[in-house]
Amino acid sequence: MTGEQIETLFGLMLEYTIPTLKIFCFTLLYSIPLGMVVALLKMCKIKPISWLTNIYILIMRGTPLLLQLIVAQYSVPYILKSDACPAFLHALLDGVDIRSETYTFNMMLFAFVLNYAAYFAEIFRGGIESIPRGQYEAAGALGLNRTQTFFRIILPQVIRRVLPASSNEIITLVKDTSLASAIPYMEIMYIAKKQVPTYASLLPLFMAGLFYFAFAMVLTLLLSLIEKSLDPMWRRNVKTLRKGIFRRGNA
Amino acid sequence: MLEVKNLSKSFDKLCVLKDINFTVEKGEVVAVIGPSGSGKSTLLRCVNQLEKAGGGEINVCGINMMHTNEKGKAVFADTKTLREIRLKTGLVFQNFNLFPHMTVLRNITEAPTLVLKKSKAEAREHAIELLRKMGLEAKADAYPSELSGGQQQRVSIARALALDPEILFFDEPTSALDPELTGEILKVIKELANDGMTMVIVTHEMAFAHDVADKVIFMEGGYIVDEGTPEHLFGDNASDRLKQFLQRFNQH
Ligand SMILES: Nc1ncnc2c1ncn2[C@@H]1O[C@H](COP(=O)(O)OP(=O)(O)OP(=O)(O)O)[C@@H](O)[C@H]1O
Ligand SMILES: [Mg+2]
Repeated sequence: MTGEQIETLFGLMLEYTIPTLKIFCFTLLYSIPLGMVVALLKMCKIKPISWLTNIYILIMRGTPLLLQLIVAQYSVPYILKSDACPAFLHALLDGVDIRSETYTFNMMLFAFVLNYAAYFAEIFRGGIESIPRGQYEAAGALGLNRTQTFFRIILPQVIRRVLPASSNEIITLVKDTSLASAIPYMEIMYIAKKQVPTYASLLPLFMAGLFYFAFAMVLTLLLSLIEKSLDPMWRRNVKTLRKGIFRRGNA
Repeated sequence: MLEVKNLSKSFDKLCVLKDINFTVEKGEVVAVIGPSGSGKSTLLRCVNQLEKAGGGEINVCGINMMHTNEKGKAVFADTKTLREIRLKTGLVFQNFNLFPHMTVLRNITEAPTLVLKKSKAEAREHAIELLRKMGLEAKADAYPSELSGGQQQRVSIARALALDPEILFFDEPTSALDPELTGEILKVIKELANDGMTMVIVTHEMAFAHDVADKVIFMEGGYIVDEGTPEHLFGDNASDRLKQFLQRFNQH
């Protein structure tokens, strides 16, 4: 390969990191809040709600994400044709152009969000349930109401506890976005695979791998910084350290 | 100050408190003793609104918290009154239950600023004064995990005192501590007693109960079996059941 070819290839690959980043960002944007709602639904005292939520979580976690992506993409025309399709769904989906790019992207995002929300929900639920009952009782005995107890006492502790597991999910999502290439949706993995015969070289795959690796590393670093900054003792120690340096500098 | 009449409480079918009657006068220190599972914690939790009693009557500082109506159903005061009563009672837990994400100071100032709407400066000043009283003024910026059990328990006592409660309840305040740390907590409680604080203390420290309490209540099987001055309860006139309990206790 000539230098010029490599440069063209690199430019092309770079362009297709954008759709990958788009999947990544939108999935997080929707699946984290949805995960919180799902976690609360699963902890709901009304049994049927908690069971239904649990079934949803089991299906999402028990079947391949790839399968879910493909079902989301191709099932709509079959659902519309079926007699069992409710009228409102028909009305909702009838005008949609299933060959349009928006449709492809939205259905793909739909599957990603539902899948990741299930994983996040389990993490959040675990975090909330891991807070000892004594914390609620101490807050109650001190006269804090339920809102104050949740936002001042429980939530800050939950956030710290769920962060490591959530970081794992976020890093996994970086790599899972490549499943979109099977739909097919044109992101970096799709384009890399397509360039292999064109250039008769593994370089495109190598470049894609490098991109995922760099992205995951940056995120790992960022998330561990966030984790540290949420550790109150670490924050206090940094503060005293800064004060110390400042004082010495002044003297 | 505290008046409990015919109090009963059950969990599902299990009857844990049966016909509990006692009063606590202002400035009085009451020790509650009894075997494990006799309902001591449940009694404190009912009075502190962490459990709902099933029947009877509770009055705190002359305010009715709950009573039983003609149909035999427990009726609780309205939310506002319950909150008002809650601020008159303080509870110190066996395992401290400090908030791990807050400094010692924040642990103490959180409720006064949120609940009593005190200014930050005012709450802080009071907290530091309380910490000084507990011998912990140097630990204001520490986190609970950086303290010993005894220090944590002293912080939790300061936290309860920060709301200026009329009556303070302790549920086995030394049971989670090493024997050598027990003394420092008992000393603090004794000082509070000397200051005239009204207290109800569930404890397994018989010598301490004998020493500091004005009145001792012996519970077993959900009943108050015996009640009176420490001289009476730890003396020869106590009920046979209590003597048996104390004897078994001394063997340990
Ligand atoms: N939330 C609950 N649900 C069901 N049963 C309970 C609950 N809390 C307490 N109990 C039962 O009530 C009884 C009294 O418990 P309680 O904790 O009041 O005893 P205790 O006198 O404080 O004992 P200990 O000295 O071991 O602390 C026990 O049999 C216990 O199993
Ligand atoms: Mg107990």
